[in-house]
Amino acid sequence: MLELALKGSKRYYGWMGFLLAMVGVGFLIYLKQLDFGLGITGMSRDVSWGFYIAQFTFLVGVAAGGVMVVLPYYLHDYKAYGRITILGEFLAIAALVMCLTFIIVDLGQPRRIFNVWLYPTLHSVLFWDTIVLNGYLFLNIIVGWNVLEAERNGVHYPAWVKPFIYLSIPWAISIHTVTAYLYAGLPGRGFWMTAIMAPRFLASAFAAGPALLILLCLIIRRTTSFDPGREQIQTLAKTVAYAIVLNVFFFLCEIFTVFYSQIPEHMDHITYLFVGLHGHGTYVPWMWTAMGLMIIGIILLVNPATRKNEGVLAVACIAVFAGTWIDKGLGMISGGFVPNPLHEVNEYIPTLPELFISLSIWCLGFFVLTGLFKIAVSVKEEVRE
Amino acid sequence: MGNKKLVYLGIAIFLVIVTLPFWFNRGKAAPAPELVLTAKAKEAKECVRSKEYMAKDHMRVLDKWRHAVVRNAERIYVNPQGKEYAMSLSNTCLDCHSNKAEFCDRCHNYASVRPYCWDCHIDNPKETK
Amino acid sequence: MERSRRDILKLFGISALALSTGPVLDAFAAEEAEHGAAAEPYVKMGDKALKAQQWAMVVDTRKFKSEEDFTPLIDACHKIHNVPSLPIKRQEIKWIWTAPYHNAFPMSPMKFVNEKLEHTPLLVLCNHCENPPCVRACPTNATFKNPDNGIVMMDFHRCIGCRFCMAACPFGARSFNFRDPRPFINPAEQNKQFPTRTKGVVEKCSFCAERLAVGQLPACVEASDGKLVFGDLYDPESKVRELIKTNYTIRRKQALGTEPSVYYIV
Repeated sequence: MLELALKGSKRYYGWMGFLLAMVGVGFLIYLKQLDFGLGITGMSRDVSWGFYIAQFTFLVGVAAGGVMVVLPYYLHDYKAYGRITILGEFLAIAALVMCLTFIIVDLGQPRRIFNVWLYPTLHSVLFWDTIVLNGYLFLNIIVGWNVLEAERNGVHYPAWVKPFIYLSIPWAISIHTVTAYLYAGLPGRGFWMTAIMAPRFLASAFAAGPALLILLCLIIRRTTSFDPGREQIQTLAKTVAYAIVLNVFFFLCEIFTVFYSQIPEHMDHITYLFVGLHGHGTYVPWMWTAMGLMIIGIILLVNPATRKNEGVLAVACIAVFAGTWIDKGLGMISGGFVPNPLHEVNEYIPTLPELFISLSIWCLGFFVLTGLFKIAVSVKEEVRE
Repeated sequence: MGNKKLVYLGIAIFLVIVTLPFWFNRGKAAPAPELVLTAKAKEAKECVRSKEYMAKDHMRVLDKWRHAVVRNAERIYVNPQGKEYAMSLSNTCLDCHSNKAEFCDRCHNYASVRPYCWDCHIDNPKETK
Repeated sequence: MERSRRDILKLFGISALALSTGPVLDAFAAEEAEHGAAAEPYVKMGDKALKAQQWAMVVDTRKFKSEEDFTPLIDACHKIHNVPSLPIKRQEIKWIWTAPYHNAFPMSPMKFVNEKLEHTPLLVLCNHCENPPCVRACPTNATFKNPDNGIVMMDFHRCIGCRFCMAACPFGARSFNFRDPRPFINPAEQNKQFPTRTKGVVEKCSFCAERLAVGQLPACVEASDGKLVFGDLYDPESKVRELIKTNYTIRRKQALGTEPSVYYIV
């Protein structure tokens, strides 16, 4: 089936070529980072995780979001989703490729990455994160590929695939829970050490992932002869609506606990993000924008009139995706590290090389995504002829 | 098969490229590296282990040393002959073999190996040329 | 055509697996016995090594009067460990340094403070916790707690530079090598007996494990002229236990339960 990704229109080649070029330039800048060290980024002794890990955290959520199509179809027989489960699985693969690449790029000694498996450390959440992420990647490749191939050949997928499908559902929940546990178990980081970290992660994941999927479905309908389906997109939109409401609600719960209890240590991080602390407030406009975007998303998605209008729906999905990206990407990481354990404020601002490497990894992800979607859509076009 | 000629040509080119290491340098073999011992090393007569063992397995020794020193806080090595040494690349090995360019580098360059030990373990050249 | 291409690829894959078993097994093979070996080599601790169940330090803050009291301690540590001075503050590396009371003890904020504490900084370093969250976090066990002496050590060879330990430390005790440190170590003051580190690994105070192994106290303790006291927390006769029994001591962020081993007499 891979050969389906090798043939396409001029626009397809142009897009893939552009993405590859971006990846190439990004790779050259990464070589500079390998040579110089992570000092080429804006990370510091205080904010020791930055843009790369922020992107990784956000994208794990997007990958987990794929389960929102798989679960209703395979567990609850919601037949409509049968058309697009493959899109959810392939989106997960592309997102996971990006996650793993962001991790590699963030390591200080990437040549030693296999130490994580040569010296497995069972009490480390990061060790388990590598297991669940790679496992989920493996699951999606196996399930997606075999189900799609069966569809192409007009037969039911082989019986042995079923247990993998069932496994992928709780596994999807686990990848983002484990990632949340990276943050939620650190005694020194009050901003992250909250039980609602994992639920919040999952809520924003189930908002961002399906939101992106909706946008991709709308694009597929525009650029190919395969229509993912109006009903499918509407159900996805309802999923995003509930998920983003929950995400904002969970955040408001955090606000209440922190500001009603009035514990200074806990208040400081949110104050830093939304108002500024000791004269430092780089993230303030970003955080309010994120809140605004998420509220706009909620209003447009909850209201059936605006949700059913696919043009407005696209705007709502962009708002949700951008809002959750800022909230989980920039806000969560910086907010956790600032102020530092000694209550000093040293801000983090990513550098241009850091941003470009990150952009090129997104291009890599979209390269994989476009190729996989090309295969899926070509098969569906074939089958429906 | 319509592309017979091209396929055979392709196989031939592949075979030429894949056997390149064998025929490219024939007749021009580089001589085995000559190692220079420092005065201190010559005086000591024996290394921690025998010359043959060290030539083949010095990385194994260093790995064991590193594990014992860093992870178990055990710093004394008793070799099969009963002689004691402090397990330290910086202070034992490099103390005798302080001429990296004429000792360590010779074999490493010959074998095209680039160990990064000296990124951290400070090179201690005592004999100047 | 599709089916036979897949079969050929499967054949190549299995052949590659089969051909690689030989070399892979060889790599794991046990080492050959040396000719005329007299006995098996073994390792042990040195005779002069200082031993303890849990090394601990007591900082007598009353004895520190001004900045000059701190500098020799910090210099002693940073010099013998080749700690570099980075030009950009955000990439700085420090194993031991000073912080005002409000920063060393941010969870105990007090509006009205004892005058001494208000104006004289405190010495801060890795606390070598008994229940260290950084060790829990490390995915490779590159940072680990030595069960024999309680020191939280760094294995610079294993560290992959993921910086999870830096996120986990509640005391901000860890530094990362954002670039090659060598250009920022004064060659005239370099200690050739102690390795530098390389870019991409995390480092911190090691309670001078290399000095303890040869019977010497940590450099900062030696340079402190009695202001710092070092000893075994679980030896009821040790000087640290005596000081803890007879003085009021506090530890940083005690409520977190990490059980820091650095006590401050205030």
